Amino acid sequence: MTSRRFFLKSSALAAFGAGAAPAWLARALYAKDAPNPRKKVLVAIFQRGAVDGLNMVVPFGDANYYRLRPTIAIPQPDGSPDSAVDLDGFFGLHPSLAPLKPLFDAGRLAIVDAAGSPDPTRSHFDAQDYMESGTPGRKATADGWMNRALPPIAGPKSPVRAVSLEPSLPRSLRGRNDAVAISSLGEFQVRDSRGAATFESMYQSAGDAALAGTARETFEAVRLIQSIQKQPYTPGARYPNGRFGQSLQQIARLIKAKVGLEVAFADMGGWDTHVNEVGQQPSQGQLANLLREFAQGLAAFHEDLGDRIEDVVLVTMSEFGRTAKENGTRGTDHGHANVMFALGGPVKGGKVYGDWPGLATERLYESRDLDLTTDFRDVLGEVVTRHLGNPNLAAVFPGYASPKFRNLLA
Amino acid sequence: MRKIVGTLVVLAFGVLPAAAAKNSQSPFQIRLSKDQQVVQALNRLTFGPRPGDVREVQRIGRKKWVDRQLHPSGIRENPALEARLRAFDSLSMPPAEAARHYPTPAMIQAIATGRQPMPDDPGVQRMVARYKARKDDADPIAAPRRVRPNLIASASEEVGRQMLLDNAPQQVVSYDLNSGKLLRAVYGNRQLEEVLADFWYNHFNVFLDKGADRILVPTYERESIRPHVLGKFRDLLESTAKSPAMLFYLDNWQSVASNPPLPKRPKQARRGLNENYARELLELHTMGVDGGYTQKDIVEVARCFTGWTIKTPQKGGGFEFNGKVHDKGEKIVLGNVIPAGGGMEDGEKVLDILAHHPSTARFIAASLARRFVADNPPPQLIDRMADKFRKTDGDIRSVLKAMLDSKEFWSQGAYCAKMKTPFEMAVSSLRALDAHVENTIGLAKVLSDLGQPLYRKLEPTGYSTLNAEWVNSASLLARMNFAIALAQNKVPGVKVDLARFGSSADIGGIARAVLFHDLTPETTAALEKSSPATPALAAGLVLGSPDFQRR
Repeated sequence: MTSRRFFLKSSALAAFGAGAAPAWLARALYAKDAPNPRKKVLVAIFQRGAVDGLNMVVPFGDANYYRLRPTIAIPQPDGSPDSAVDLDGFFGLHPSLAPLKPLFDAGRLAIVDAAGSPDPTRSHFDAQDYMESGTPGRKATADGWMNRALPPIAGPKSPVRAVSLEPSLPRSLRGRNDAVAISSLGEFQVRDSRGAATFESMYQSAGDAALAGTARETFEAVRLIQSIQKQPYTPGARYPNGRFGQSLQQIARLIKAKVGLEVAFADMGGWDTHVNEVGQQPSQGQLANLLREFAQGLAAFHEDLGDRIEDVVLVTMSEFGRTAKENGTRGTDHGHANVMFALGGPVKGGKVYGDWPGLATERLYESRDLDLTTDFRDVLGEVVTRHLGNPNLAAVFPGYASPKFRNLLA
Repeated sequence: MRKIVGTLVVLAFGVLPAAAAKNSQSPFQIRLSKDQQVVQALNRLTFGPRPGDVREVQRIGRKKWVDRQLHPSGIRENPALEARLRAFDSLSMPPAEAARHYPTPAMIQAIATGRQPMPDDPGVQRMVARYKARKDDADPIAAPRRVRPNLIASASEEVGRQMLLDNAPQQVVSYDLNSGKLLRAVYGNRQLEEVLADFWYNHFNVFLDKGADRILVPTYERESIRPHVLGKFRDLLESTAKSPAMLFYLDNWQSVASNPPLPKRPKQARRGLNENYARELLELHTMGVDGGYTQKDIVEVARCFTGWTIKTPQKGGGFEFNGKVHDKGEKIVLGNVIPAGGGMEDGEKVLDILAHHPSTARFIAASLARRFVADNPPPQLIDRMADKFRKTDGDIRSVLKAMLDSKEFWSQGAYCAKMKTPFEMAVSSLRALDAHVENTIGLAKVLSDLGQPLYRKLEPTGYSTLNAEWVNSASLLARMNFAIALAQNKVPGVKVDLARFGSSADIGGIARAVLFHDLTPETTAALEKSSPATPALAAGLVLGSPDFQRR
């Protein structure tokens, strides 16, 4: 695999010629009416730490939910800010997710419940790894599902095809295709401008073709991002404070700049709510605060993109769900199935997808957790195939022979 | 196709720097000059030359110097380093003690709310008092106080560590580990031993942030890895197999016979055989993925290791064999019958079988050759090293000696053929500039930005030593920025004094002083064209150059 990557790079370099300006990029950037390929974009959001999906999308129609969670359940919808926001008479959103209700109603937001990874592990470490590699139960996988999801391209590629807003490249994006980690657009540069020029000329002439090739891509990406940075820009929406909002805002900026972004990754942490998950009121406390930031971020992203949302699908995931029953410290422990969101123009929203297994004791996974009825690869696989246009799912999710699409996308 | 591609890679990496592409002779047959041999010794057996090292090797004689590095107990360790290491007390603590002294926020909360007894450690008592004092703040468990890293990074070591202790005690163990590893690599005299400690830890990788491993790793490195880095492979293998850190990391501590003799208690979560350790033991630790074992062998090996567990891992308990959950049936591992009725010795027998398997000899030889010689080492060299492994019962020192006696090691094919890992790049920069590392917070962040946070490789594969892994955009930019920042004294917690370079930027002189050999003509041309204004910028540019990324 390694050598293949080098081979591809070296030959691309030879075909392209060192020093030749990537004219198509310049065209995409500067010409107002250039024939810009409106790239389809996939954005993945990872909720690290295992969000409590049962309090995120509340099954208020299931009496067992209230039996299992005497002190931390979200009350049935009654219109008050401390009750669930009714979606379909059975499920409701956590009150902090109220900003997403209009998107659900407009058919832009779909929810898949009882979804996640089939692997039984309750280790954050293993479960995140399995979800990001896209191969539950298989540790030896070297690369990530999003990297494999990139459709093959002939000819020169955008240096910012695959971008992580995590400071280091997450497992999901690692692999043969180039992906860049950009903790912030402003910092993606050599901080000394004279040094930058010298480095560029040094690496351009480096005898090592692979190093020279990567350096060329890097400086292209830097120039591209700096030129975006230099243009006056005001986000088209107000994002919440914090890293998550910043990440989404920068992804939106890259999408709107039409520089060839195809997949982007951002994460948000803090979801591991073993203790005091819910505050004095359901609209308060740790989970409520995190979900507020989460919902405001997604809503702002949707608004900011304007009509570009038609080309974008954003999916959310978390390594596993949390116990159906609350624990002794007003929190929840590591569970199994969870909930996933899909947001975007191509999404057939306004519906909670999936088969609800129920919370009756005999229906629980290992007698304690929400059971799984949708494999996360069914959701991601559909987006990869129908939205990104990569039909080769056997390569994206090796070992997963027959995904069952939920038909979330129009 | 694969083979052709492989050859192209060898050409790109091995031959071009040696400028011998037209010669039909393999670059691994072309000897290095005397001066190049000295550079090669320092680049491969140390974390990079410091000022004065080249002369030191020349004075002692290359062969004798190498022999000394192979016998580190005869090298006097740097007393200043030893004095500094004493400050990082968690490095010498058993896990239980580290767990008590450096509790997590959840543990502090448990004590503060009376769910756990108050320990007599005054430090912990202070932490609990602080917790109670700031209880009005937003939930401290959800959001453990984030210490402002820049503040700590620019403090003195003593103050910085105390700030960490007051605000995030659970991070002290990680801080101590990072400090120990970085300071030893930069200042230690037993360099080959240090390079090997890094190599073997990475070979038997454990991820620090997986649960109890946060307190198990210091003991793992100290007792399971370090004593064996030049010893018998079989000892190294067993010490890792029995380490709580590895048992926890690869889940073997929870692995029990599929049909335990105990009556099943319905309320308990399902437990059974866990194959994780068995799989990685075969694939990554011993035989290699193509070593010739089957899925059936993995299951059989996993059965042999049932009952190898840990007493109370979160409290830092030690290794324990629990016969009650051990699978006592007969197993067949790689054709060897392990009779029914065995106990802990079943696992030990597996280690014997694996340590003496020819695939293991070859896999270990190849791994060492890839680290020390080239990405694609000549097969004849691997054969000779593997042969030595078999003949010496897996004696690591002898295998290394076979490599260091080979013509391939001292050839153009090996010279500057390896891309430095971020850790190697950062440490070799610090050594080249003779930097003073005041505290390691800033450097730990740099390594994270460069893509190699120490002790935090999540996957059991460890960090790759292959060139391709480290050629990517984010990492390259981070290298250039680190290089410039270091030379301009802008890495928090690190001081460099470039007065010895004078005030004018004599590029050739600075390059030789930093790189210890000549820059390529292309790099020199680029540098001269830019005519950097200060020696600091010139030194930064050399550290960030393609030439310095290789060793």
